[in-house]
Amino acid sequence: MSFKIASSPHQHSQKNTAQLMKLVALAAVPGIAVQAYFFGYGVLIQLVLAIITALSCEAAVLAIRSKKIKVKLLDHSALVTALLLAVAIPSYAPWWLVVIGTAFAIVVVKQLYGGLGNNLFNPAMAAYVLLLVSFPLPMTSWLPAAPVQHLSVGPVDAVCAIFTDFSCSGYSVSQLRQDADGISMATPLDTLKTDLSQGYTTAESMKKPVFGWLSGEGWFWVNLAYLLGGLFLLQQKVIQWRIPVAVLGSLFGCSLLAWLISPDTNASPLFQLFSGATMLAAFFIATDPVSASTTEKGRLIFGALIGVLVFLIRSYGGYPDAFAFAVMLANMTVPLIDYYTQPRTYGHKNKGAR
Amino acid sequence: MPTLFQQIQAGKVWDFHGGIHPPSRKERTNQKPVALLDIPDRLYIPLRQHIGVPGKVLVKVGDRVLKGQALTQADNAMAVPVHAPTSGTVLAIELHTSAHPSSLAEPTLVLAPDGMDEWRPRRPLDPDQVDIYTLLERIQESGISGMGGAGFPTHIKVNVKQPVDYLIINAVECEPYITADDMLMQERASDIIAGIEILVKLLSPKAVLIGIEDDKPIAAASLKAAIGQKDNYFVREVPTKYPSGGEKQLIQLLTNKEVPAGRRPLDIGIVMQNVGTAFAIAQAVLDDIPLIHRVVTVAGETLAQQQNVLALIGTPVSDLLNACGFQAEPQQRIIIGGPMMGFAIADWSVPVVKTTNCILAPTENELGAASDEMDCIRCGACADACPASLLPQQLLWYSKAKDQDKLAEYNLSDCIECGACAYVCPSEIPLVHYYRVAKADIRETQREALKAEQAKARFDARTERLERDKQERLERNQQLAAQRVAQQQASGQATQSAAAVQQALERTQQQNAQPLDKEQIIAERERKKAEALAYQQQKQQAVTSAPVADDAATPAEDPRKAAIAAALARAKAKKQAEALPEVAAEPAPAEAPAADADAKKAAVAAAIARAKAKKLSQQEPEAAVEPAPAEAPASDVDAKKAAVAAAIARAKAKKLTQQEPEAAVEPASVETPAPDVDAKKAAVAAAIARAKAKKLAEQAQVQQIEPAPAAEVTEPVAAPAESAPEQDAKKAAIAAAIARAKAKKQQNSEPL
Amino acid sequence: MSIITALWALGILALIFGAVLGYAAIRFKVDSDPLVEQIDEILPQTQCGQCGYPGCRPYAEAIANGDDINKCPPGGDATIKKLADLMGVEAKPLDAAQTPAVKRVAFIREDECIGCTKCIQACPVDAIVGASKQMHTVIVDECTGCDLCVEPCPVDCIDMVPLASSIERWKWDLKAIPVKVLES
Repeated sequence: MSFKIASSPHQHSQKNTAQLMKLVALAAVPGIAVQAYFFGYGVLIQLVLAIITALSCEAAVLAIRSKKIKVKLLDHSALVTALLLAVAIPSYAPWWLVVIGTAFAIVVVKQLYGGLGNNLFNPAMAAYVLLLVSFPLPMTSWLPAAPVQHLSVGPVDAVCAIFTDFSCSGYSVSQLRQDADGISMATPLDTLKTDLSQGYTTAESMKKPVFGWLSGEGWFWVNLAYLLGGLFLLQQKVIQWRIPVAVLGSLFGCSLLAWLISPDTNASPLFQLFSGATMLAAFFIATDPVSASTTEKGRLIFGALIGVLVFLIRSYGGYPDAFAFAVMLANMTVPLIDYYTQPRTYGHKNKGAR
Repeated sequence: MPTLFQQIQAGKVWDFHGGIHPPSRKERTNQKPVALLDIPDRLYIPLRQHIGVPGKVLVKVGDRVLKGQALTQADNAMAVPVHAPTSGTVLAIELHTSAHPSSLAEPTLVLAPDGMDEWRPRRPLDPDQVDIYTLLERIQESGISGMGGAGFPTHIKVNVKQPVDYLIINAVECEPYITADDMLMQERASDIIAGIEILVKLLSPKAVLIGIEDDKPIAAASLKAAIGQKDNYFVREVPTKYPSGGEKQLIQLLTNKEVPAGRRPLDIGIVMQNVGTAFAIAQAVLDDIPLIHRVVTVAGETLAQQQNVLALIGTPVSDLLNACGFQAEPQQRIIIGGPMMGFAIADWSVPVVKTTNCILAPTENELGAASDEMDCIRCGACADACPASLLPQQLLWYSKAKDQDKLAEYNLSDCIECGACAYVCPSEIPLVHYYRVAKADIRETQREALKAEQAKARFDARTERLERDKQERLERNQQLAAQRVAQQQASGQATQSAAAVQQALERTQQQNAQPLDKEQIIAERERKKAEALAYQQQKQQAVTSAPVADDAATPAEDPRKAAIAAALARAKAKKQAEALPEVAAEPAPAEAPAADADAKKAAVAAAIARAKAKKLSQQEPEAAVEPAPAEAPASDVDAKKAAVAAAIARAKAKKLTQQEPEAAVEPASVETPAPDVDAKKAAVAAAIARAKAKKLAEQAQVQQIEPAPAAEVTEPVAAPAESAPEQDAKKAAIAAAIARAKAKKQQNSEPL
Repeated sequence: MSIITALWALGILALIFGAVLGYAAIRFKVDSDPLVEQIDEILPQTQCGQCGYPGCRPYAEAIANGDDINKCPPGGDATIKKLADLMGVEAKPLDAAQTPAVKRVAFIREDECIGCTKCIQACPVDAIVGASKQMHTVIVDECTGCDLCVEPCPVDCIDMVPLASSIERWKWDLKAIPVKVLES
């Protein structure tokens, strides 16, 4: 018998990184399910592709860096990255898109910066931006939600479309996107943006079939599902309230102000909150611990910055949705925010380190 | 806006940043009465159990001590004594593993209890009748130091000059498992209050605030009952949150004040004492029971009986665990203190000391050992949990980078090492451990800086002194020269010498002028020759007779020593001559005629010298085996002096073996022992002379070193034995025998 | 022609700016510590002389006059790095190859000391006490571990011993704690 020496504390909370990551993945399940319901089974295939790519890339790079592969793979951080990217890209995007994106996220954005904990940018969002800039067409080819789809798309069609660009019935993805009149249907945010730029009022634009109750058809429910998942994460204390509240609050505040000033040329605040990737970003992406701010005040600033940027880009920028850009820009400011928002140490008059 | 005091009176409790809620597991032990144990077989009482310096030991090994008797005495303000926890015999005062994370050994008194538990006479005090100095003295004499954590001497903490607003009694006990204070309050609340009253007398605070966590309702109720109707005693129940028992955190909870960084609570008018300390003060003053026992929680699922015990200070942890039915696991951890801030021990003979409040023997399931450290994911949970509002992440980076400037900038020194950050860390990074290492490094750097500064000052002072000495010497020499000139002038010597010169000049001129007389010159030569001869003879005589003269000069003082010295010198000289073509091995001096000399001393000196010589010869490449030097017999002998001589000789010899031998021999030069009255000096001189002789002998060698012939070693051995007179023949014989044995051994082991 | 004009213009501008800069350099000169002082601050002040100079300050002067910065074993790499920063040169590995890993102090085996005072004379910081023909001893707290007393000792009775670890100086090296195996 010998006694083991260890340093205090000898007790640990039961939450470790792997468990936190698993909870994040779990919380995303309702959102993914709703997304699959409205936007086709393609999202599940994208998910599988992304996860396989992420894990194999991660393993390969870890092997090259001669790190402990098993331990690091089991922290499930690559899984979460893959998941976030897979749900962010269009369901019927070609297979190579998600593979390139995930590989870039894991190899370049995460591992080249030193692996988990050292990356400056959120890997999923950086990859999303890469894809969006490099392949704008497939990256914006969202199908309309199932209820307004002209042609129904089954699971087999999804596989065919993703791997061959044509469904089993021989329709191309762009044909699938068309309505009965042969006009491509864009996402609600995209539609609104185009319409506003063409001089329509918000109310006029909102009459189009891609819009449903409160926001886009299907998009409302997807956002609601991610909101639920986010609340679950909050309840589990996986994420802190500050970042999501600040993101949603500032987005709501900005759009409310704009809407009050000019309701004809601006979407309603609730439309903003339940459109596009708002809830996914607020609860799952912006809260990524690695690339977000770490101080209490910093998190509020970080979140608010994302909200403002999203509003600005959605309203005045060139892209219909903006979370990837907003999160990346905010990521860049994190070191600065962290430096200037250090808490006052107990017993010290001055705030933070000077 | 109510004042702070009004708010406190109204029962307001504030909050502090961060904190965690680990499972408390106190219910296992806080409903069982405090158990009494049998007196253990051995008590290990560390001489220092507090922050400061140990006291002066008052007892000797073998003394019988009574229960409560002081074992050390405080000879310094920062010292507090330790006491015998029971009556018994002092077995030893030795190094024993300390109750410290380092497991380093500390001076510890080992006591064998006799089972009688017999008290020394006791002198209880009435706190109302005596002045505060008597009370302070009693607190110090009773060995009381803070029992909550660090063990700061209590008499210093309560001896204050500044006014004190609040006396805070820390009864929070926020660490999981620990219920020692809880049980003490449940069972001895009135004693605790009596102790607090003594503290109040010493400090005269505006109010007494007793902070207790709200998970100890029974203890809080007992305290309230014991307080009764006293004014300005407030029992404040604080929400259960770790680490609300931290000094700074409790102050913030109860008064909403913060202790400024680098200051003490006293600077904001607050003194905090632990309940256990209050109880110990009451016992010391009212019953004259010094701090010889304390309540210790013994918990963990490897124990059949998890309970609180009243343990004598010095009881080994093993005794406590075994008394509670300990069943060890293969990779057992034993923790002194709680699971958050306690330390694991490697050796369970560690004793209970004044600050030991808990001993944990958990199973692996109960308190899982930390798994592998993973990468920081910057989640910030540590910063959220930190009660000091630090940024543990940043501190971790800079600790790893050993960037001490940055660590200071991020206030590492304000870390209280509570472990909350490491508890919540999802990557299981042992944050606190990194900080401790960094703190130790910083302390070391500061010490080094201070030392460098001192070294520089000393170096400068030395340089200055050397310069000054040089100057002084120069001046003195100049002065002396000037004086001499002046004297000469004064006494007219200058003119005399001038006259002498004049005369000499004249003489030469005369000689030059006169034709050379051959006969005269021859006669002159003859005369000079004779003179030289006479001089040589004289010199030789002086050499041989010098030691004798020595003898004669100091018969009254120490004829024996002188004789030995002389004998040594002579022996050396002779040996040198003999050993001339031989080895570097130093001959042993022994042929002491020592007629009237003390044979014993001679023998010893000889033995030592011989041993050294042997050692030396061992150093030669040929003789590889080193026999144990036979220096030991010097018990009542003046071995030191002889050793000095031997050492010098050895040193010279050593130097010589290193040098390249080249020159010719002149053994005659050996015979120059300084005729000195002091025998010691003579000995030294003799040794030097011997060494010189050796040097020459060495130089004669052209590197053909042979192994020391055994004869040479054994021969002198016989000498002292022969010459030893009856009275001490035995000892000398023994010494000789040992030496001979060694010599033989050496001879045998000599490589062929 | 236009090239010549351009050259002229540039030349005149260069002269003007040069003059302005030169003036500014003199007018707004920052009085800093003399270089030697700054170097001396960085050196560890053990006065060991292992750099080949009698003490830290002479070495500081030598560095200021262009000597190598990597001759200070007690300072180790940290000192070299600081010196490199100060002097604006590349940090080099330590000249003497090995740095003492543990701190050592001199210890005189007292029964062998002959009282020759040679070590006292060698000690740069007066950390050895003793008198002629009397036993000497080292003041541990003042010893800088410079080794300088070892060589002069004629009887080799000075050892450099690692500084005993104490609870106050312990550096949380848990791995160094010997694990005792108990018979159960």
